[in-house]
Amino acid sequence: MNVAIVKYNAGNILSVTYALERLGVSAVLTDDVELLQKADRVIFPGVGEASNAMAYLKERNLDIVIKTLEQPVLGICLGMQLLCSYSEENNTPCLSVFDERVVSFLPNGTDKIPQVGWNTISGYGSTLFNGLVPDAYCYFVHGYYAALGPDTIATTHYILPYSAALQKNNFYGVQFHPEKSAAVGEKILQNFLDIK
Amino acid sequence: MLAKRIIACLDIKNGRTVKGVNFENIRDAGDPVELGAFYAAAGIDELVFLDITATNEKRKTLADLAKKIAGVINIPFTVGGGVASTEDVRVLLQNGADKIAVNSAAFKNPELVAALAKEFGSQCIVVAIDTKQEADGVWYVYLNGGTVATKTTCLAWAQEAAKLGAGEILLTSMNHDGTKAGFALDITRAVSKAVSIPVIASGGGGTMAHFEDVFTTGAADAALAASIFHFKEIEVFALKSFLFDKGLLIRL
Repeated sequence: MNVAIVKYNAGNILSVTYALERLGVSAVLTDDVELLQKADRVIFPGVGEASNAMAYLKERNLDIVIKTLEQPVLGICLGMQLLCSYSEENNTPCLSVFDERVVSFLPNGTDKIPQVGWNTISGYGSTLFNGLVPDAYCYFVHGYYAALGPDTIATTHYILPYSAALQKNNFYGVQFHPEKSAAVGEKILQNFLDIK
Repeated sequence: MLAKRIIACLDIKNGRTVKGVNFENIRDAGDPVELGAFYAAAGIDELVFLDITATNEKRKTLADLAKKIAGVINIPFTVGGGVASTEDVRVLLQNGADKIAVNSAAFKNPELVAALAKEFGSQCIVVAIDTKQEADGVWYVYLNGGTVATKTTCLAWAQEAAKLGAGEILLTSMNHDGTKAGFALDITRAVSKAVSIPVIASGGGGTMAHFEDVFTTGAADAALAASIFHFKEIEVFALKSFLFDKGLLIRL
């Protein structure tokens, strides 16, 4: 299996590479268009800020490359948010693969923002979650979330219910970090690799 | 719903775990990577690796260690100990650390917190505060591993750090650290209520009930301990089961 990880100006990319290695898959970290297009799987990871990330992708034409990929693609955290239509984080138009919009958590007086820690995902609507217990715990770190919408394939509740994961055609996105979510995360990554 | 986190802290000196003890299940408790992997498998929610080495070689050792940990451990981990600059943080993040703890350097130069948050995002910046309650009843900030007193109150610094862009506060009570008499519930609660970012309580956890107290009365988002885990006085899974049975949200 030939896995490419999109190289761009976002953090936490090494951890994804290592997580795949633990599953016996060696991935290439690249921004080369041909390598991305030819890979069997593409992972679009990232922790960072939306407008800087989009500007970086556009400069290198990666915005068009990513949204026209035809193999299974998995966006993680910021990667998932950038696949949405728009992010409220510095008013950033995004890639519009998913129809959902990304907005900021609003303070409710009790819950801390950003959300940091382990939360449950539920309402599994994809093979990505095959073999998981109901309400499995995953690790989240984020201050913005994708609203519920037609592409939602799993839900998490923090302040309000929102999209823990999205899917449209060959594009998948998860708000949590499977590479940091212990055995549950490993299973989700394996399920992504196993997509037929 | 978001679970309360249990965090194990490993002190590192010259690349080796100190305070580490004999674990039958692992080959080398002095190897931070192996000990960390043991805790991850046991169900700990996060790990903190704190380098207490005081040499010039430190930065490179710590970066190498972060890389080894990232290769093996499938849960989030924080690295800290003498982190003093944007460049220090960049190197550690590039080597796979999820979060970086900054302590004295952040207090001495609060702009560092703002710069780090802007450059890398608040989510990876943990401001560690060592605090001590003096005879006047007030909690003050201490620096350099608790050896240098300041006149700044813990509450004031925690609020400023949060405002500057810290993603979390790691709050250690020097009055409670090592006592196993329970966490500092009052200051933990006061800080947790005063800032809108998560607070990790540290120092004093000695029984399972102490953890329950710090999550309920202390309003902590996470609780950290070291030796009680290392000396197996409390097993991670047993602790988490206890808290779950008490009705707290815990990842089992």
